[in-house]
Amino acid sequence: MILAVSLVVGCGDGEKKTTDPYQKSTPEKQPTKVENKVAASERVDLTNKGVGPITSVTLAPEIDQKMVAHGKDVYEKMCTACHKVDKKYIGPSPTGILNRRTPEWVMNMILNPEVMIQEDPLARELLMEFNGAPMANQNLTEEEARAILEYFRTL
Amino acid sequence: MKNILKTTVALVTILVAFTSCNNSGKSNGQSGALASNVAEKVYVAPGEYDSHYAFMSGGYSGNITVYGLPSGRMFKEIPVFSQFPTNGYGYSEETKPMLETSYGFVPWDDSHHPDISQTNGELDGRWIFINGNNTPRIARISLTTFETEEIIEVPNSAGNHSSSFITENTEYVVAGTRFSVPVPQKDMPIKDYKGNFKGALSFISVDPEHGHMDIKFQILMPGFNYDLSHPGRGKSHGWFFFTTYNTEEANSLLEVNASQNDKDFIAAINWKKIEEYVNNGGGTMMPANYAHNLYDEATHMATSTMKKEVRVVNPAEVPGAIYLLPTPKSPHGCDVDPTGEYIVGNGKLSANLTVHSFTKMLDAIEKKKFDGDAYGIPILKFEDVLAGSVEQPGLGPLHTEFDGEGNAYTTFFISSEVVKWKLGTWEVLDRKPTYYSVGHLTIPGGNSRKPFGKYMFAMNKITKDRYLPVGPEMEHSAQLYDISGDKMELLLDFPTHGEPHYAAAIPAEIIMKNSRKIYRLAENEHPRKALSDADTKVVREGKNVHIYMTTIRSHFSPDNIEGVKVGDKVFFHVTNLEQDFDVPHGFAVIGANTAELLVMPGQTRTLTWEPKQVGVWPFYCTDFCSALHQEMQGYVRVSPADSNLELSWSLGD
Repeated sequence: MILAVSLVVGCGDGEKKTTDPYQKSTPEKQPTKVENKVAASERVDLTNKGVGPITSVTLAPEIDQKMVAHGKDVYEKMCTACHKVDKKYIGPSPTGILNRRTPEWVMNMILNPEVMIQEDPLARELLMEFNGAPMANQNLTEEEARAILEYFRTL
Repeated sequence: MKNILKTTVALVTILVAFTSCNNSGKSNGQSGALASNVAEKVYVAPGEYDSHYAFMSGGYSGNITVYGLPSGRMFKEIPVFSQFPTNGYGYSEETKPMLETSYGFVPWDDSHHPDISQTNGELDGRWIFINGNNTPRIARISLTTFETEEIIEVPNSAGNHSSSFITENTEYVVAGTRFSVPVPQKDMPIKDYKGNFKGALSFISVDPEHGHMDIKFQILMPGFNYDLSHPGRGKSHGWFFFTTYNTEEANSLLEVNASQNDKDFIAAINWKKIEEYVNNGGGTMMPANYAHNLYDEATHMATSTMKKEVRVVNPAEVPGAIYLLPTPKSPHGCDVDPTGEYIVGNGKLSANLTVHSFTKMLDAIEKKKFDGDAYGIPILKFEDVLAGSVEQPGLGPLHTEFDGEGNAYTTFFISSEVVKWKLGTWEVLDRKPTYYSVGHLTIPGGNSRKPFGKYMFAMNKITKDRYLPVGPEMEHSAQLYDISGDKMELLLDFPTHGEPHYAAAIPAEIIMKNSRKIYRLAENEHPRKALSDADTKVVREGKNVHIYMTTIRSHFSPDNIEGVKVGDKVFFHVTNLEQDFDVPHGFAVIGANTAELLVMPGQTRTLTWEPKQVGVWPFYCTDFCSALHQEMQGYVRVSPADSNLELSWSLGD
């Protein structure tokens, strides 16, 4: 009955229904504008843990050399297409990264890059700084990402 | 409640009719409240999933298309028997061997009858099999990767039509010949067909773990045409049933000469008995020549092997294994109900639909009630094996499927309809038109022990005016019906690709959880893979230049290559280093006499390029992979044939 009535009402006056069922009710969130003179890759932020599965990492005082060897192996296989130890390449060099980022941020960037560039302002800025080249998700395990982090401690 | 609903619907319909604004050029009674009710049944909201997969044969496309039900949306075309430039199947070095045959490289076929693997007579969703009709082949497609993994050629066969149907534990995929031919082939007058040609029915064993196929035996039957087949199931497991036509053994003008006999046959084959005979050394190994093509997921490569002999069995060697059931007239579809008791012979030229009884067949065999023989194979008496007939249900019956509720659904080509009838009472319960001239129909699991019911779709041979006109050549149409009620309800009309003959459908939850997302780089065993930048290189082997190349968003490594010469054969071995879902990279180079490569994450594919002109020639990624996709490109410098330039390669230097 409702349908019939609405058809009666809707007739003849040239009025067009404008509601688009696919139209989103709220506009897309606009990216936050960040005014900062220091390039994102140079900036130091040792509090931001990023967005992703890693909320807390404890680094032992001693570097675990076995883990380093494993991490280096994974890094060389899965990361070197875009990241070089000695220079800025497609993406930034990991050398000294732990002087600028928290361990959690680094691991979340490895494990959760799609969400990081959406939700972490710093990751988003890095994307722009590196010409829009996205960090590829190489589907590493947490254990592999942790090993890479240990390797980064040696760089 | 139902009455109230009906009244409301009627009232709304009347009101709609009265209040119609006259602004729709075409009003055919399908609009308004009734149509929107139907629309809800096929509406899958954006981002939501369909409830069923449907795998349609491509007919003369040679492939399989994957659809969702109830939306009728096409998700994928899986290349099987035909080259597929979209992703390089049959063009890349890794996949070309899939299309090798004893006739050489055959880049096309006519694919007809897909069938999903079964365990205990129920669809298990591991693999789907399909036949190549023209150059007889059977393919096995993985339902985890949705890629063709294996193709075996079928020797002594021609027009591989009564295929590819599988037994209830996927012990065998069965392939029967349509054309009878000289076995072995030889130069002889065509008119001497009768009594000399043979019809080979092939039982191809399927390895339960890997699915690998091997022809266990071929039965060399009389020179009839073997049209369609289905396995026995439940009580009739161990038997296989084939419809025959041209029992006249005519070799010309078959439309007249093969329609003379009042009855042709359904051949009932006790394959367990023949298997036992063969396992005890029975049959004869006969020289043959047929290709067996196997794709290895670890090496990402196919290999083709020519097999040189096949085991054949003459029916006379195994008495008591094969019987002929008279069936009117030129039966096409041969369908077995979920209990295994009823064998439906859809006599194309018959007024009635014939249903045989497995129990009565066994009884007649037991009592040796034979009515002569054909080339030594006992013929049973029609009346002794008949379970019943569906009287004059329509014109031109072709195929029957089952809903598991005791009902059968038969297509009628000439009268363009699907007729629902009851097993056992043979009464017609419902009929619905199709648009137009329906061939096969499919119910999810409708040729197994456990049909899932709910939907049925009809695949039509004639499209004509169903869609916006697109010239003389058009895609075929299919119609989806809801069969959950007493009456069938037409829900959706959707175009299909190629010419779907049969299809197989299955609830989505059985296979979607197994679908692969990527190939692991760590598992890549391609002999010319490059798993990191350190592995990239260019190697000259005489006139052959092998480029070990990687891709990741958004560059090739290397992307500058020099030292190639006119007259060289350049192999681009492209490994995609991505390990994320749905990040393929493509590869195309100017003037390549082949199709592009589309390389899935973790995969290696090879494109062959024979540069003919001196110059600096570009290549690029064909798949829009990232915001920097347009930057994903490179150059090959091609020098004169007598150049002394050494090979060199680089990226970013």
